[in-house]
Amino acid sequence: MNKESFWNKAATRSVLASLIAIVIGMMAGSIIILIVGLTNPALGIKGAWEGIRLVFAGLFSTGRSASGSLTFGFNGTTFGNMLFRAMPLMMTGLSVALGNKAGLFNIGAPGQYLAGTAASLYVALSVPTSVLPAWLIWVLAFLCGMLAGALWGSIPGVLKAYLNINEVLACIMTNWIAANAVTWIFEGSNLRNVLEGTKTGYIYKTSTVMHDVVIDGVNSTVGAAVPEGAQVLARRGGVATGKMGLDALFAGSQVNGGIIVAILLVVVIYVILSKTTLGYELKACGANRYAARYAGIQDKRNIVLTMALAGALSGAGAALYYLSGNTEFFWTTYQSLPSEGFNGIPVALLAINHPLGVIFSSVFMSMLSICGQKLTELTAYNEYITDVIISVIVYLSAFMLVIKLWIGKLNNRKAVK
Amino acid sequence: MPFLIRQTLVYAVPLMLVALAGVYAERSGIINLALEGIMIFGAFMGVLFVRLVQEWGWFQAAFDAKDYASLQGFCFLAMLFASLAGAVFSLLLAFAAINLKADQTIGGTALNLMAPALVLFFIRIIANQNTLNMFSGDSASWFMLKKSMFGYGRKEEMGFLGSTFVDKVYVATYICILLFVIMSVILYKTRFGMRLRSCGENPQASASLGINVISMRYAGTVISGALAGMGGFVYVLTTANCSANGDVAGFGFLALAVMIFGNWKPLNIALSALLFGLFKCIAASYSSLDINGDGIYFLKELGINTNLYRMLPYVITLVVLAFTSKNSRAPKAEGIPYDPGKR
Repeated sequence: MNKESFWNKAATRSVLASLIAIVIGMMAGSIIILIVGLTNPALGIKGAWEGIRLVFAGLFSTGRSASGSLTFGFNGTTFGNMLFRAMPLMMTGLSVALGNKAGLFNIGAPGQYLAGTAASLYVALSVPTSVLPAWLIWVLAFLCGMLAGALWGSIPGVLKAYLNINEVLACIMTNWIAANAVTWIFEGSNLRNVLEGTKTGYIYKTSTVMHDVVIDGVNSTVGAAVPEGAQVLARRGGVATGKMGLDALFAGSQVNGGIIVAILLVVVIYVILSKTTLGYELKACGANRYAARYAGIQDKRNIVLTMALAGALSGAGAALYYLSGNTEFFWTTYQSLPSEGFNGIPVALLAINHPLGVIFSSVFMSMLSICGQKLTELTAYNEYITDVIISVIVYLSAFMLVIKLWIGKLNNRKAVK
Repeated sequence: MPFLIRQTLVYAVPLMLVALAGVYAERSGIINLALEGIMIFGAFMGVLFVRLVQEWGWFQAAFDAKDYASLQGFCFLAMLFASLAGAVFSLLLAFAAINLKADQTIGGTALNLMAPALVLFFIRIIANQNTLNMFSGDSASWFMLKKSMFGYGRKEEMGFLGSTFVDKVYVATYICILLFVIMSVILYKTRFGMRLRSCGENPQASASLGINVISMRYAGTVISGALAGMGGFVYVLTTANCSANGDVAGFGFLALAVMIFGNWKPLNIALSALLFGLFKCIAASYSSLDINGDGIYFLKELGINTNLYRMLPYVITLVVLAFTSKNSRAPKAEGIPYDPGKR
């Protein structure tokens, strides 16, 4: 009796549906790998089998042995990198999940992510460290990133609440406005990396130390080493997230304290959603906006607030990613939107919009991207197969409801027997 | 001036075709957010077709024999192939949205994620790089109309009309315009078109009159996919030298903006596509644009940033959405899964 009620619970069914989506997605990826392997004589069945193993267990891949076969084992660096890549996904996923809880499909996460990127990079790289200590600049940049994301997110929010414009269309438009605006902002800025010749098109890492100097009456920017006889006007950069001991745990990886900040934010949103009046009101608006209004809830305010919060989270993801000091931003974004933003959608869908579920689904997504990277490194396949898997999962999520009903029917049939 | 008009048409024509694709889907009641993805897929399949046919050597033979009609024929076949691919790809959306009553926004997003992923996966395997080019030559020398084909010499001028609408123009552009007109007429003047539109407004009422809503919605989505696939191929043919790289630079979303700005009506869509195409053209080449041929680069001297021109279509659409939200002509039943029992 108890066991049956466990299988019939809505939550169990939702988790099952997500797991089924994951399994089908990975099978679809494996089938494509197999077909390509069989039609390509250079790969053959052996190459296909290697590819499939890497898709499922790429996280534990340690390369190839001397005899050329794949080797597997625990690798701290890979694990750390997985956590690092999960960080922005966790935030954008949480952003989309929060929107979904309030009945708003936040497809604007890429634009909010870009707004957060621009604001946090601008603050981190242009406030002189001679004025404020580096850690304070970090905090300031992080908050500005969140604020920019919130502002960007509140545009579709306001349009939805007061003019009843479909938030999906408004979000798509604001995404592309952001893509162009960010290019515009950085095009004329002095934050473009000119110190390293091979890095054209990139913004400085926030950890880069720069000096604004006057040499023989000419203003210029130099790196950490100041030439003799130059008058230093300001010292900029050198801002990076602290490692918080995680580098000892995952030696040689990119992971840093940002992942802890991200998890803290997830917990904060979880508490807001499940333990506060505000969260209750947001969910009520999501269930039925007009019924919520009838119950005395200010639906318009709540819609704007939800989108602002969602935007702030996407912005926070961008800030955490780029303030880590070892990532570079490619600033001519006007032709494409950041994939971290769009990948927030599968993260939220897999987590069934549950904040704590987002932690697991974002780690799963970044694990897939690690698998893709290993696939490119070790075989003739490439990392895009993991994007195919993700898209299949999103496709299945679109009719999650049907899958859940199907699981329910299956259970009922069992119960009758 | 001829350059400006020609170049505007290059951007505007795929834009209006893809926007019409959006209209077909939405008028039948299905929100097609996947326009971008279908364009990417169609572009890839079209380029792949050209590449494969080229490998067989017919192309080179026709080119050497100066048989331009055959070359245009190949180009037209590639367009058909791309539209077929787009139609097949859009079946994924149709199946999820119509049979499984899925969330159409998420379904469309899934296709938008799937197309570049699939396309890049195969491009990397076929070409060992991120761009799939033609097997040989370039699209301009093979598919473009040139004044030399009409007996004009290198130094001779074709006159205003000739240099605007004939010289350095792709026939594909005119095929698309023709198709746009035909498809618009079908949507408005035929029994099929009117039935299709009724399914986007009130499907239950349509069903009560004996119209099969399911097949109408399938037709709308598949036609939408075919048009978007062809639009995607024409876009890369005319602007990216017939190469596919899993990206159409947000053109599908721009088409969505055109559709909204054009209020879901073909004539308005054609005009707004021209406007947005003009912006796109100015953004791409404003510093070298000499509008009236007097040697003064007017737009450059105006000093407006390129990014503003790129951004304007989206800003305008957002403003238009804001002002017309009260009396929007968006189909009433779009995005709502068809439920025969609902009234």
